Amino acid sequence: MSATNTKRRRLDISKLPEKTAEEVDDRLQVASPLRRIFNKVFPDHWSFLLGEIALYSFIVLLITGTFMALFFDPSASEVRYNGSYTPLRGIAMSRAYETSLNLSFDVRGGLVLRQMHHWAALLFMAAIVVHMFRVFFTGAFRKPRELNWIIGVSLFWLGFTEGFAGYSLPDDALSGTGLRIASAIMLSIPVIGSWVTTSLFGGEFPGTEILPRLYILHVLLVPALLVVLITVHMGLLVKQKHTQFPGPGKTNHNVVGVRMFPGFAFKATGFFMIVFGVIALMGGLIRINPIWLFGPYKAAVVSAGSQPDWYVMFLDGSTRLMPAWDIPIGPYTIPALFWPTVVLPGLLTMLPMFYPFIEARLRRDKLHHHLLQRPRDVPSRTALGAMAISFYLVLTISGGNDVVAEKLDISLNAMTWAGRIGVLFVPPIAYYFTYRICLGLQQHDREVLVHGVETGIIRRLPDGRFIEIHQPLAPSGGNGHGALEYQGAPVPKKMNKIGAVAPAIRGFFRPVEQPGQQLPPVIVPPTTPPELEDAPH
Amino acid sequence: MSTVAPSGSGHGYSPASGTPTPDFDTEDPSNTRFDLVREGARRDGVEIVHYAPRFPVRGTKLEKRVERGIALMFTLSGLLAVGSAVAFIWWPQRYEQGPVASKLYTPLLGLGLGGALLLFGLAVAAWAKKLLPEEIAVQERHLGPSPRDEQQLTGAAILNMVDETGIKRRPLLKAALLLPAGGLGLAAGVPLVGALIKDPNANHILTTTGWNPQNNGGKMVQLVRDDGTPIRPEDVSVGGQITVFPGIPGGATNAYADSPTLLIHLREEDAEVLRANIAAAKKTNSEPPVVEGMWQNFVAYSKICSHAGCPASLYEQQTNRLLCPCHQSQFAITNQAKPIFGPAHRKLPMLPLQLEDGILVAGSDYLEPVGPTYWERPK
Repeated sequence: MSATNTKRRRLDISKLPEKTAEEVDDRLQVASPLRRIFNKVFPDHWSFLLGEIALYSFIVLLITGTFMALFFDPSASEVRYNGSYTPLRGIAMSRAYETSLNLSFDVRGGLVLRQMHHWAALLFMAAIVVHMFRVFFTGAFRKPRELNWIIGVSLFWLGFTEGFAGYSLPDDALSGTGLRIASAIMLSIPVIGSWVTTSLFGGEFPGTEILPRLYILHVLLVPALLVVLITVHMGLLVKQKHTQFPGPGKTNHNVVGVRMFPGFAFKATGFFMIVFGVIALMGGLIRINPIWLFGPYKAAVVSAGSQPDWYVMFLDGSTRLMPAWDIPIGPYTIPALFWPTVVLPGLLTMLPMFYPFIEARLRRDKLHHHLLQRPRDVPSRTALGAMAISFYLVLTISGGNDVVAEKLDISLNAMTWAGRIGVLFVPPIAYYFTYRICLGLQQHDREVLVHGVETGIIRRLPDGRFIEIHQPLAPSGGNGHGALEYQGAPVPKKMNKIGAVAPAIRGFFRPVEQPGQQLPPVIVPPTTPPELEDAPH
Repeated sequence: MSTVAPSGSGHGYSPASGTPTPDFDTEDPSNTRFDLVREGARRDGVEIVHYAPRFPVRGTKLEKRVERGIALMFTLSGLLAVGSAVAFIWWPQRYEQGPVASKLYTPLLGLGLGGALLLFGLAVAAWAKKLLPEEIAVQERHLGPSPRDEQQLTGAAILNMVDETGIKRRPLLKAALLLPAGGLGLAAGVPLVGALIKDPNANHILTTTGWNPQNNGGKMVQLVRDDGTPIRPEDVSVGGQITVFPGIPGGATNAYADSPTLLIHLREEDAEVLRANIAAAKKTNSEPPVVEGMWQNFVAYSKICSHAGCPASLYEQQTNRLLCPCHQSQFAITNQAKPIFGPAHRKLPMLPLQLEDGILVAGSDYLEPVGPTYWERPK
């Protein structure tokens, strides 16, 4: 025994993790900060996953994008195609378009990755937009989170720029047309427009400079900014802690949920894989941006039904709806194009960024808010949001008004006029109805709190009247009505929300649990008095 | 049953949630591991108020079924992942026309990879939802600013940094600093921005096109197809139209992106209408320049939309309109291509046509800049 001790120290595998941890902590002193991360509490609500979808899509974009960058050459030099896609053989095209085709047809798995990249980009933008809706309608942008809201708005516009630069790169007919419009938009800026355009394009449109420049923008500058801003966005989230909906035990001074490890981390990992998997399925099964059908970009060629990616469509729509109002100023002109493509996006950037401060000023609200609001409880804000969404929707539909006109066989000019009228009148109508619906929902909440939940049981009284029996939610006050105050949390409106219906017996073909067996209670009051007395001092 | 399990040591709950238990001994052998976890959480301001296993009785049918389901998802995920790797390597990928196996290459990869990831994700999520213990933890949130004394100490530290430099009582340094501050900014900014700047007026790039005779040694430029063949009037049937390019080297490429032109052979009655309209416009001279550019019944308009520069090339023969598919501006062919609907404000420029040796040529360049409006665009 002693011989083994003196001769050589045996490596004890079972002690290895502990030993490693001790050695690491000896050098880095991480025990406390690490445990603080493990114990961070995250609240649970489906709508908190929307931002995660954006984050995971971004990770997929980084992975697939890096792969594609290994095969893509953003060069405008002219080549003759000789790849494996036979219909385009012998056609003159740019090197950028050729390498995009090679990526789709000759690189193994290239098309899956390219389509995943495109789908992930669309999902990234969609998740950002829906996430912003959630944050807006629940008032999560209020103090102290104004800065994170501003970063979020910036992330939307950075994603917009990144997406536009991305789909301009393959130099197919569609992306070239998009770039042409972009150059016209830059040209339309008063005073400096022509200087901006020729400087960015390195001369006349399209030139040979724009693709390499867009490439650096797309793979370096904007992604770097995105990574930095996303990191700050998440850092602020961790620092300020997540908001939560009102509910049992939830106050403005705490976070109720599960600890980051293992509960939240497990769910987040699973959700990341699910998002990744759905993007991969879409990338393999649903064709998107088939550049080989569009052909190389030629200034003289375009086809009807050419739509940009969905998040750009509202600008396309605003451009289509804008009346032909070039404004002459002496020898100079402000092009009509300037208003819907430069001024409008400018407003759409600045207004949301300042909104938290505007709202706080109007409400004279200087408090910290960590409890979310239900949209119905803030009718003016909710109605304003509905107004903004309807404005955006009219523009987006107008961005595809030629497709709508063709499919529904209505006049294109009628569609344009419908859009022009709609963009002015639909938002106020949306405001009015949303406001009324919010008030109605509020009223119903109060009604249930006072009178109880409708049971569906109809009783006939001796005098012949029929009444519905209501289940009160609390012992009644003196006047025979319930004494509950509205707390900003959802009010149960159906009997099975308050436990009237027993849980169904589980099992597909045969029961896998005993009938009548009670599941463990889900929510139990936190502490009990006897144990308080036992507490050591 | 207890809401917090497993418990059983001598240490109970602390009175206020999320505060460390006084005199908690981590070496005490009677502590369970969960006691340590809970105490650690408390030191981090977190109180675990509810903690219970999903399956209080171990090894029930339901629990086993859940386990089997998750295991099945992991297995399928692994198989699909291997399958997609196999397909990646061995499935034929090369493009061929017709219904061939390579058409399934991309869908198979997507199914394999996507299915594997999706099932893996679902399995992990199911594990989290159905097997991890139920838990409700409450973490304290500290509102508002740092304590007043902290603010004062940090503020003093910052102000002291300024004091230490002595910048306030050394006006000479302050003044001397201004110059490099501005100068360095300029020196850094000028190369970054300056190298990009291009003068839009150099070489008249915005106002001339490939049709300028200067591109052709001073001779008038022929109208050619995209393959470079010249166009004789008899090549275009009555009512027909054709996209033409300047007959110079590279004239049909994107190097002359503002030059594509639509040549239309009008029907006799439409040509009469156009001639009358041009004559009337000439008389009033309301919207210069009025170009008398027709050659017999032929007329040529710039294809580059005066709105946003797309090719305004959808030719509606019945209504004699040109439609731009990007933003649906419409132009009247029989009235100098004036805009009649949509966001375009100006007419499409007309190319003056002539005949030389039986071949259509451009008498001169466009008399006004083609393409979108800009601030200093000559009128």
